[in-house]
Amino acid sequence: MLRMVLKRLMLAIPSLIGVVIVTFLLTRALPGDPAAYFAGPAATEEAVAQIRKQLGLDQPLPQQFVRYVSDLSRGDMGVALTTGQPVAAEIMSRLPASAELTLLGLIVSVLIAVPLGILAATSPGSMIDHTCRIVTTAGVSLPVFFTGLVLVYFFYYQLGVAPAPLGRLDVYFSAPPQITGFYLIDSLIARDGETFVASLKQLILPAATLAIFALAPIARMTRASMLAVLGSEFVRTARASGLSPGTVIVTYAFRNAMLPVITTLGMVFSFLLGANVLVEKVFAWPGIGSYAVEALIASDFAPVQGFVLTMAVMYVMLNLLIDVLYGLIDPRVRIEA
Amino acid sequence: MKRRTFLKSLSAASAASALPIPAVWSSAKAQARQETLLVVSESGPNNVDIHGVGTNVPGYEVSWNCYDRLISHEMKTLPNGTQYYDRDKFKMELAEDMNVGDMSATFKLRKDAKFQDGTPVTAKDVKWSLDRAVSVGGFPTFQMGAGSLTKREQFVVVDDHTVRVDFIKKDRLTIPDLAVIVPCIINSGLVQKHATEKDPWGLEYTKLNTVGGGAYKMTKWQPGAEVILERNDDWKLGPQPKVRRIIWRMVPSAGNRRALLERGDADISYELPNKDFVELREAGKLSIVSTPFSNGCQYIGMNVTKPPFDNLKVRQAVAYAIPYQKIMDAALYGLAKPLYGSGLDKVKDAAWPVAHNYNTDIAKAKQLLAEAGYPNGFETSISFDLGFATINEPLCVLVQESLAQIGIKAEINKVTGANWRTELNKKTMPLYTNVFSGWLDYPEYFFIWCYHGRNSIFNTMGYQSKEMDAFIDGAGDAATAGNAAAYETNVKGFLDLAFTDIPRIPIFQPLSNVAMQKNVSGYQYWFHRRLDYRSLVKG
Repeated sequence: MLRMVLKRLMLAIPSLIGVVIVTFLLTRALPGDPAAYFAGPAATEEAVAQIRKQLGLDQPLPQQFVRYVSDLSRGDMGVALTTGQPVAAEIMSRLPASAELTLLGLIVSVLIAVPLGILAATSPGSMIDHTCRIVTTAGVSLPVFFTGLVLVYFFYYQLGVAPAPLGRLDVYFSAPPQITGFYLIDSLIARDGETFVASLKQLILPAATLAIFALAPIARMTRASMLAVLGSEFVRTARASGLSPGTVIVTYAFRNAMLPVITTLGMVFSFLLGANVLVEKVFAWPGIGSYAVEALIASDFAPVQGFVLTMAVMYVMLNLLIDVLYGLIDPRVRIEA
Repeated sequence: MKRRTFLKSLSAASAASALPIPAVWSSAKAQARQETLLVVSESGPNNVDIHGVGTNVPGYEVSWNCYDRLISHEMKTLPNGTQYYDRDKFKMELAEDMNVGDMSATFKLRKDAKFQDGTPVTAKDVKWSLDRAVSVGGFPTFQMGAGSLTKREQFVVVDDHTVRVDFIKKDRLTIPDLAVIVPCIINSGLVQKHATEKDPWGLEYTKLNTVGGGAYKMTKWQPGAEVILERNDDWKLGPQPKVRRIIWRMVPSAGNRRALLERGDADISYELPNKDFVELREAGKLSIVSTPFSNGCQYIGMNVTKPPFDNLKVRQAVAYAIPYQKIMDAALYGLAKPLYGSGLDKVKDAAWPVAHNYNTDIAKAKQLLAEAGYPNGFETSISFDLGFATINEPLCVLVQESLAQIGIKAEINKVTGANWRTELNKKTMPLYTNVFSGWLDYPEYFFIWCYHGRNSIFNTMGYQSKEMDAFIDGAGDAATAGNAAAYETNVKGFLDLAFTDIPRIPIFQPLSNVAMQKNVSGYQYWFHRRLDYRSLVKG
């Protein structure tokens, strides 16, 4: 197992090198001149040139690249011009916000989609199967920013049951002492029930927005995979042997149907991180996606590079995790590896 | 069905979670609310020092409230009741006395003024701060230069509490330029402790920390999310501000900023789209203050260095083809001051911005275009800055539609915010819309930037005219010499010439719109259009 993990990590290195080169070149190819942008509305050409020099943008590209890579090797991702902070520190402080939201959205989605998929598969063509189809189609066809705005409109603006969409905590709360960066966990560690409830309230709407979006692939995949397994011979044998329907479905069928569902989960998680960008904008969430978009608009190279690199590392880790999970669920995968 | 029950259970869950908050805590929250002002806006600062490299406009707001200047402006009341800075009346801030001589001005500092760390403010700090402003380069140095403040030798320490500012030439903009945001007074001792050989002015330190003596100090800053400012209770330079704490949250979605205001959660906001402001004003639940941008206007610019816009008749034809009223109604929802159709051949007052005498007249435009030798029109492009797309986009579509009626086919060219400045600098866009507004509210100041032959980047048309330069220079000289009659003649001269030669077509003076709860008062309009927290009152 350990050998497999190491081998996979080794394989990830070339792709990371590729990511570093491509993001560097892509950000340089962006339209817009950061020096002119940051010189402000009343700058002369000399002022722009001065700023270009201060930012090191007057040097030839290969030289800029060498500087970038040598900084990177020291863990220095540069400084974001839009926020004035080191990129590495910003990403570290913003990543937990995005991760907490995405994970919660994914968990909510799984809790609803998997049972829904199983029920739909056990009685195809029934009411519940049609409901599953309608819910998933609706969920996937609504763009996330739209769902988010509609939820805010009803639950905050009209009904007043949801808190103001003002980020991770109500204005009058202070964040719990940082340990994991996940407010739910940190507030529990600090035994601060009030903050826990407050941050959970802030999370409900954005997490629901993401969950609605993610329902479809998970539910559909669960249903399809369960249908295939339920039609197989070992299930028929189990049924014929007189095992209870619950045992047959949960113990025998579901475990075998899980592999494609896990793969889908990995994919869903990655595209939820992408969808996050829009949800973060709607809910003023201080996450990594809104950070990257703001940087992109200002052609601020360093954060964009940092963001893409972080995401690439996360995808590599995620794929690794899924492969490891495969091994746990299906012993055959382990042997092949 | 499942989805509906799920949504129901969600709202039930959030309602249930609202219950367990103890009553004691709620009253503490209510008190905190009374002394706290929640400001929401689209974007936040990237640097809290206006001397920094590329400090953005929200950063100016922090600087304005956390630092003092030698002098500031008095307020006057507009007919609609708005408090508006008085361009001509100065108020002492760090100085207790200002004595303007022929070629210098002497400032006596207040002896009780202290920085936020308790060290007294001395003449040495003032000199260091002004030296810094003229030395760091970029925007601050440029702004100081606009008032003929360019050399460190101009700032002289007379004694511990006296500073003299020497003039390199007579310029009536020198004193006003000392009251803008840039010449803020910084705690030089504290910054020098953090200065390094590579960074002699300590810019890295002041980028993240407010090190002045102002009425507020920044206690927390999470870039892109939140800024918290607390009142400096030791501030002596004016009446103590009423609001103890400012929480400034960045809410990127305009819809949500409006929802926050309407639900009463946010106290004050600006930068809302015009449509929202009109609807909020009609709903009447909030106080809305709309003030025209001082010394600013939005215009259609034409590149006069190249055909077809080098032809005066073509420019006049375009000026008659702009659908002014449609722009006011559809793009601005009436929230702007029109600058067209004055009905006067010559301008009446020596003031700016004033309306020109063009109006939408398609027949006349067609005729002028034919006289210019383009009876069938021509093809061109019209560019705008996507950063201000809510107004620019409908405006350009309307102009495009109207130009099509006289045969000019204008393709719309959208330029991203990051790229707009670069494109303007190149001076190659044939037709475009843009806004310019000057901090110093003098007609000649606007015209030096936008029309003078020295071709600053805001002379976006590439306009060159000896006659124009003579009027602008004449107005500047007359103002310095105090010759009111000559000043008026020259100002009227350049205004009339700008309208007859029409290299750019002013359309309207934009409004600065601020929406606040009914219990918030004390809003003041400043030339920089950002909030001054010192005068705001809640409750």
